[in-house]
Amino acid sequence: MQKHWWKILSFLLLIYTFIAGFLGKVPELNILNESIRNLYFHVCMWFGMMILFIVSFIYSIKYLSSNNYKHDITASAFASIGTVFGVLGYATGVIWVSVTWVTDQGQSLASVLKEPKLIGAMIAILIYGAYFVLRGSFTDVDKRARVSAVYNVFAFAMLFPSIWIIPRLVGSLHPGSPGSDSGNPALDRNDMDGSMRAIFYPAVIGWTLLGVWIASLKIRSKKIEDKIILNNE
Amino acid sequence: MNKVYKFLALAIAIFVPTLLFAQDKVEMADLLRSNGKIYAVVAVCLTILFGLFLYLFMLDRKIKKLEK
Repeated sequence: MQKHWWKILSFLLLIYTFIAGFLGKVPELNILNESIRNLYFHVCMWFGMMILFIVSFIYSIKYLSSNNYKHDITASAFASIGTVFGVLGYATGVIWVSVTWVTDQGQSLASVLKEPKLIGAMIAILIYGAYFVLRGSFTDVDKRARVSAVYNVFAFAMLFPSIWIIPRLVGSLHPGSPGSDSGNPALDRNDMDGSMRAIFYPAVIGWTLLGVWIASLKIRSKKIEDKIILNNE
Repeated sequence: MNKVYKFLALAIAIFVPTLLFAQDKVEMADLLRSNGKIYAVVAVCLTILFGLFLYLFMLDRKIKKLEK
Protein backbone atom coordinates (compact mmCIF):
# COMPACT_ATOMS: atom_id res chain seq x y z
CA MET A 1 0.00 0.00 0.00
CA GLN A 2 2.80 2.41 0.88
CA LYS A 3 4.26 2.03 -2.58
CA HIS A 4 0.97 2.86 -4.27
CA TRP A 5 0.08 6.15 -2.61
CA TRP A 6 0.84 8.14 -5.74
CA LYS A 7 -1.60 6.09 -7.80
CA ILE A 8 -4.34 6.90 -5.31
CA LEU A 9 -3.20 10.53 -5.29
CA SER A 10 -3.53 10.62 -9.08
CA PHE A 11 -7.04 9.19 -8.85
CA LEU A 12 -8.13 11.68 -6.18
CA LEU A 13 -6.59 14.65 -7.97
CA LEU A 14 -8.37 13.71 -11.19
CA ILE A 15 -11.70 13.31 -9.42
CA TYR A 16 -11.12 16.78 -7.98
CA THR A 17 -10.20 18.05 -11.46
CA PHE A 18 -13.38 16.70 -13.03
CA ILE A 19 -15.71 17.93 -10.29
CA ALA A 20 -14.14 21.32 -9.62
CA GLY A 21 -13.24 21.70 -13.28
CA PHE A 22 -16.84 21.47 -14.42
CA LEU A 23 -18.59 23.05 -11.47
CA GLY A 24 -16.10 25.67 -10.30
CA LYS A 25 -16.33 29.35 -11.11
CA VAL A 26 -14.38 30.55 -14.14
CA PRO A 27 -13.79 34.06 -15.49
CA GLU A 28 -16.49 35.07 -17.95
CA LEU A 29 -14.62 35.95 -21.12
CA ASN A 30 -15.77 36.58 -24.66
CA ILE A 31 -15.01 33.98 -27.35
CA LEU A 32 -13.70 31.53 -24.74
CA ASN A 33 -16.97 31.30 -22.76
CA GLU A 34 -17.20 27.93 -21.00
CA SER A 35 -14.48 26.43 -23.19
CA ILE A 36 -11.96 28.01 -20.79
CA ARG A 37 -12.42 24.83 -18.75
CA ASN A 38 -10.40 23.01 -21.40
CA LEU A 39 -7.41 24.41 -19.53
CA TYR A 40 -7.77 21.57 -17.01
CA PHE A 41 -7.61 18.96 -19.74
CA HIS A 42 -5.93 20.19 -22.91
CA VAL A 43 -3.11 22.18 -21.29
CA CYS A 44 -2.53 19.40 -18.75
CA MET A 45 -1.85 16.99 -21.61
CA TRP A 46 1.02 19.20 -22.81
CA PHE A 47 2.41 19.76 -19.31
CA GLY A 48 2.22 16.04 -18.65
CA MET A 49 3.90 15.34 -21.98
CA MET A 50 6.77 17.70 -21.20
CA ILE A 51 7.35 16.14 -17.77
CA LEU A 52 7.24 12.59 -19.20
CA PHE A 53 9.68 13.54 -21.98
CA ILE A 54 12.03 15.08 -19.42
CA VAL A 55 12.00 11.78 -17.49
CA SER A 56 12.61 9.88 -20.73
CA PHE A 57 15.52 12.20 -21.55
CA ILE A 58 17.07 11.70 -18.11
CA TYR A 59 16.88 7.91 -18.45
CA SER A 60 18.43 8.04 -21.93
CA ILE A 61 21.37 9.98 -20.48
CA LYS A 62 21.56 7.47 -17.65
CA TYR A 63 21.63 4.64 -20.17
CA LEU A 64 24.43 6.25 -22.13
CA SER A 65 26.52 6.70 -19.00
CA SER A 66 25.85 3.28 -17.47
CA ASN A 67 24.85 0.95 -20.34
CA ASN A 68 22.22 -0.47 -18.02
CA TYR A 69 19.50 -2.00 -20.21
CA LYS A 70 16.80 -1.21 -17.63
CA HIS A 71 17.27 2.51 -18.24
CA ASP A 72 16.57 1.96 -21.94
CA ILE A 73 13.26 0.25 -21.12
CA THR A 74 12.31 3.15 -18.84
CA ALA A 75 13.27 5.79 -21.39
CA SER A 76 11.20 4.20 -24.15
CA ALA A 77 8.15 3.65 -21.92
CA PHE A 78 8.12 7.30 -20.83
CA ALA A 79 8.66 8.49 -24.40
CA SER A 80 5.72 6.42 -25.62
CA ILE A 81 3.21 7.60 -23.03
CA GLY A 82 4.53 11.13 -23.51
CA THR A 83 3.78 10.85 -27.22
CA VAL A 84 0.27 9.62 -26.44
CA PHE A 85 -0.25 12.67 -24.24
CA GLY A 86 1.09 14.87 -27.04
CA VAL A 87 -1.28 13.39 -29.62
CA LEU A 88 -4.19 13.82 -27.20
CA GLY A 89 -3.06 17.39 -26.53
CA TYR A 90 -3.01 18.12 -30.25
CA ALA A 91 -6.40 16.49 -30.86
CA THR A 92 -8.05 18.35 -27.98
CA GLY A 93 -6.38 21.54 -29.18
CA VAL A 94 -7.96 21.17 -32.63
CA ILE A 95 -11.39 20.79 -31.02
CA TRP A 96 -10.78 23.89 -28.93
CA VAL A 97 -9.52 25.83 -31.97
CA SER A 98 -12.66 24.99 -33.90
CA VAL A 99 -14.83 26.88 -31.40
CA THR A 100 -12.51 29.79 -30.59
CA TRP A 101 -10.05 30.71 -33.35
CA VAL A 102 -12.48 29.81 -36.08
CA THR A 103 -14.86 32.74 -35.72
CA ASP A 104 -17.47 34.14 -38.05
CA GLN A 105 -14.90 36.19 -39.99
CA GLY A 106 -14.48 33.68 -42.75
CA GLN A 107 -11.60 31.58 -41.47
CA SER A 108 -11.73 27.90 -42.21
CA LEU A 109 -10.37 25.32 -39.81
CA ALA A 110 -7.73 24.41 -42.39
CA SER A 111 -6.42 27.98 -42.53
CA VAL A 112 -6.33 28.27 -38.76
CA LEU A 113 -4.43 25.02 -38.40
CA LYS A 114 -1.48 26.51 -40.34
CA GLU A 115 -0.40 28.06 -37.10
CA PRO A 116 3.18 28.25 -35.75
CA LYS A 117 2.25 26.73 -32.40
CA LEU A 118 0.34 23.86 -33.98
CA ILE A 119 2.99 23.20 -36.61
CA GLY A 120 5.67 23.28 -33.89
CA ALA A 121 3.69 20.83 -31.77
CA MET A 122 3.22 18.58 -34.78
CA ILE A 123 6.97 18.66 -35.52
CA ALA A 124 7.73 17.74 -31.90
CA ILE A 125 5.31 14.79 -31.99
CA LEU A 126 6.67 13.61 -35.34
CA ILE A 127 10.24 13.73 -34.03
CA TYR A 128 9.20 11.49 -31.16
CA GLY A 129 7.28 9.31 -33.63
CA ALA A 130 10.53 8.79 -35.51
CA TYR A 131 12.09 7.64 -32.22
CA PHE A 132 9.80 4.58 -32.28
CA VAL A 133 10.44 3.96 -35.98
CA LEU A 134 14.15 4.02 -35.17
CA ARG A 135 13.73 1.62 -32.26
CA GLY A 136 11.72 -0.77 -34.41
CA SER A 137 14.37 -0.88 -37.10
CA PHE A 138 17.02 -2.56 -34.93
CA THR A 139 17.18 -6.26 -34.19
CA ASP A 140 20.24 -5.97 -31.98
CA VAL A 141 19.17 -4.96 -28.47
CA ASP A 142 22.33 -3.10 -27.45
CA LYS A 143 22.56 -1.20 -30.69
CA ARG A 144 18.90 -0.26 -30.46
CA ALA A 145 19.29 0.98 -26.91
CA ARG A 146 22.40 3.03 -27.70
CA VAL A 147 21.26 4.64 -30.95
CA SER A 148 17.78 5.39 -29.68
CA ALA A 149 19.19 6.93 -26.49
CA VAL A 150 21.33 9.26 -28.59
CA TYR A 151 18.33 10.04 -30.78
CA ASN A 152 16.19 10.73 -27.72
CA VAL A 153 18.68 13.39 -26.58
CA PHE A 154 18.33 15.04 -30.00
CA ALA A 155 14.53 14.76 -29.89
CA PHE A 156 14.46 16.40 -26.47
CA ALA A 157 16.73 19.18 -27.68
CA MET A 158 14.17 19.88 -30.44
CA LEU A 159 11.14 19.67 -28.14
CA PHE A 160 11.23 23.05 -26.40
CA PRO A 161 12.37 25.09 -29.42
CA SER A 162 9.55 23.70 -31.53
CA ILE A 163 6.72 24.03 -29.02
CA TRP A 164 7.79 27.14 -27.13
CA ILE A 165 10.56 29.20 -28.73
CA ILE A 166 9.64 29.26 -32.44
CA PRO A 167 5.94 30.08 -31.87
CA ARG A 168 7.01 32.98 -29.67
CA LEU A 169 9.50 34.26 -32.22
CA VAL A 170 7.08 34.35 -35.14
CA GLY A 171 3.85 35.17 -33.31
CA SER A 172 0.86 32.95 -32.95
CA LEU A 173 -2.80 32.98 -32.04
CA HIS A 174 -2.07 30.63 -29.19
CA PRO A 175 -2.01 32.20 -25.73
CA GLY A 176 1.55 32.84 -24.69
CA SER A 177 2.67 34.19 -28.03
CA PRO A 178 3.15 37.78 -29.11
CA GLY A 179 0.17 38.73 -31.23
CA SER A 180 -2.37 36.83 -29.20
CA ASP A 181 -4.83 38.93 -27.25
CA SER A 182 -4.05 37.30 -23.98
CA GLY A 183 -0.51 38.59 -23.62
CA ASN A 184 2.67 36.80 -22.85
CA PRO A 185 3.38 34.40 -21.21
CA ALA A 186 0.36 32.11 -21.30
CA LEU A 187 -0.05 31.59 -17.60
CA ASP A 188 0.00 35.19 -16.40
CA ARG A 189 -2.74 36.63 -14.23
CA ASN A 190 -4.64 38.03 -17.20
CA ASP A 191 -5.27 34.56 -18.52
CA MET A 192 -5.86 32.59 -15.40
CA ASP A 193 -7.18 33.77 -12.06
CA GLY A 194 -6.43 32.23 -8.67
CA SER A 195 -9.44 29.95 -8.55
CA MET A 196 -8.40 28.39 -11.85
CA ARG A 197 -4.83 27.91 -10.69
CA ALA A 198 -6.14 26.01 -7.66
CA ILE A 199 -7.58 23.45 -10.08
CA PHE A 200 -5.00 23.66 -12.86
CA TYR A 201 -1.87 22.73 -10.89
CA PRO A 202 -3.45 19.73 -9.11
CA ALA A 203 -4.79 18.67 -12.51
CA VAL A 204 -1.30 18.76 -14.02
CA ILE A 205 0.01 16.59 -11.18
CA GLY A 206 -2.92 14.18 -11.46
CA TRP A 207 -2.61 13.69 -15.22
CA THR A 208 1.17 13.36 -15.02
CA LEU A 209 0.94 10.71 -12.31
CA LEU A 210 -1.56 8.84 -14.48
CA GLY A 211 1.05 8.89 -17.25
CA VAL A 212 3.72 7.67 -14.83
CA TRP A 213 1.44 4.80 -13.77
CA ILE A 214 0.87 3.70 -17.37
CA ALA A 215 4.61 4.00 -18.06
CA SER A 216 5.40 1.86 -15.00
CA LEU A 217 2.99 -0.82 -16.25
CA LYS A 218 4.71 -0.77 -19.64
CA ILE A 219 8.14 -1.08 -18.00
CA ARG A 220 7.06 -4.01 -15.82
CA SER A 221 5.39 -5.89 -18.66
CA LYS A 222 8.43 -5.34 -20.89
CA LYS A 223 10.70 -6.77 -18.20
CA ILE A 224 8.48 -9.87 -17.93
CA GLU A 225 8.52 -10.19 -21.71
CA ASP A 226 12.32 -10.03 -21.82
CA LYS A 227 12.58 -12.58 -19.04
CA ILE A 228 10.41 -15.02 -21.02
CA ILE A 229 12.55 -14.52 -24.13
CA LEU A 230 15.76 -15.10 -22.14
CA ASN A 231 14.37 -18.24 -20.50
CA ASN A 232 13.32 -19.73 -23.81
CA GLU A 233 16.76 -19.41 -25.35
CA MET B 1 -50.88 46.23 -44.58
CA ASN B 2 -48.28 44.12 -46.33
CA LYS B 3 -45.90 47.08 -46.34
CA VAL B 4 -46.29 47.47 -42.61
CA TYR B 5 -45.31 43.84 -42.05
CA LYS B 6 -42.32 44.21 -44.32
CA PHE B 7 -41.21 47.30 -42.46
CA LEU B 8 -41.64 45.56 -39.14
CA ALA B 9 -39.66 42.54 -40.35
CA LEU B 10 -36.88 44.82 -41.57
CA ALA B 11 -36.84 46.73 -38.31
CA ILE B 12 -36.60 43.50 -36.33
CA ALA B 13 -33.87 42.16 -38.59
CA ILE B 14 -31.82 45.30 -38.08
CA PHE B 15 -32.39 46.00 -34.43
CA VAL B 16 -32.51 42.59 -32.79
CA PRO B 17 -28.88 41.72 -33.61
CA THR B 18 -27.72 45.13 -32.39
CA LEU B 19 -29.66 44.56 -29.18
CA LEU B 20 -27.98 41.19 -28.80
CA PHE B 21 -24.54 42.68 -29.36
CA ALA B 22 -25.27 45.43 -26.91
CA GLN B 23 -25.40 42.93 -24.07
CA ASP B 24 -22.37 43.25 -21.83
CA LYS B 25 -22.92 39.88 -20.25
CA VAL B 26 -20.73 37.13 -21.63
CA GLU B 27 -22.75 34.12 -22.61
CA MET B 28 -21.99 31.17 -20.36
CA ALA B 29 -23.70 27.81 -19.96
CA ASP B 30 -26.14 29.25 -17.44
CA LEU B 31 -29.08 27.15 -18.65
CA LEU B 32 -27.11 23.92 -18.34
CA ARG B 33 -26.20 25.02 -14.84
CA SER B 34 -29.64 26.19 -13.74
CA ASN B 35 -31.51 23.08 -14.81
CA GLY B 36 -28.90 20.92 -13.17
CA LYS B 37 -27.84 19.03 -16.30
CA ILE B 38 -24.20 19.99 -15.80
CA TYR B 39 -24.22 17.33 -13.08
CA ALA B 40 -24.97 14.73 -15.73
CA VAL B 41 -21.83 15.80 -17.60
CA VAL B 42 -19.78 15.55 -14.43
CA ALA B 43 -21.27 12.11 -13.69
CA VAL B 44 -20.50 10.84 -17.19
CA CYS B 45 -16.90 12.05 -17.05
CA LEU B 46 -16.44 10.61 -13.56
CA THR B 47 -17.79 7.26 -14.77
CA ILE B 48 -15.22 7.21 -17.56
CA LEU B 49 -12.51 8.14 -15.08
CA PHE B 50 -13.59 5.36 -12.69
CA GLY B 51 -13.66 2.87 -15.55
CA LEU B 52 -10.19 3.83 -16.75
CA PHE B 53 -8.69 3.62 -13.28
CA LEU B 54 -10.40 0.28 -12.60
CA TYR B 55 -8.92 -1.04 -15.84
CA LEU B 56 -5.45 0.24 -14.93
CA PHE B 57 -5.78 -1.22 -11.45
CA MET B 58 -6.68 -4.65 -12.84
CA LEU B 59 -3.82 -4.47 -15.34
CA ASP B 60 -1.48 -3.58 -12.49
CA ARG B 61 -2.65 -6.61 -10.50
CA LYS B 62 -2.28 -8.91 -13.49
CA ILE B 63 1.30 -7.79 -14.08
CA LYS B 64 2.05 -8.21 -10.38
CA LYS B 65 0.86 -11.81 -10.60
CA LEU B 66 3.07 -12.41 -13.62
CA GLU B 67 6.07 -10.95 -11.82
CA LYS B 68 5.82 -13.59 -9.11
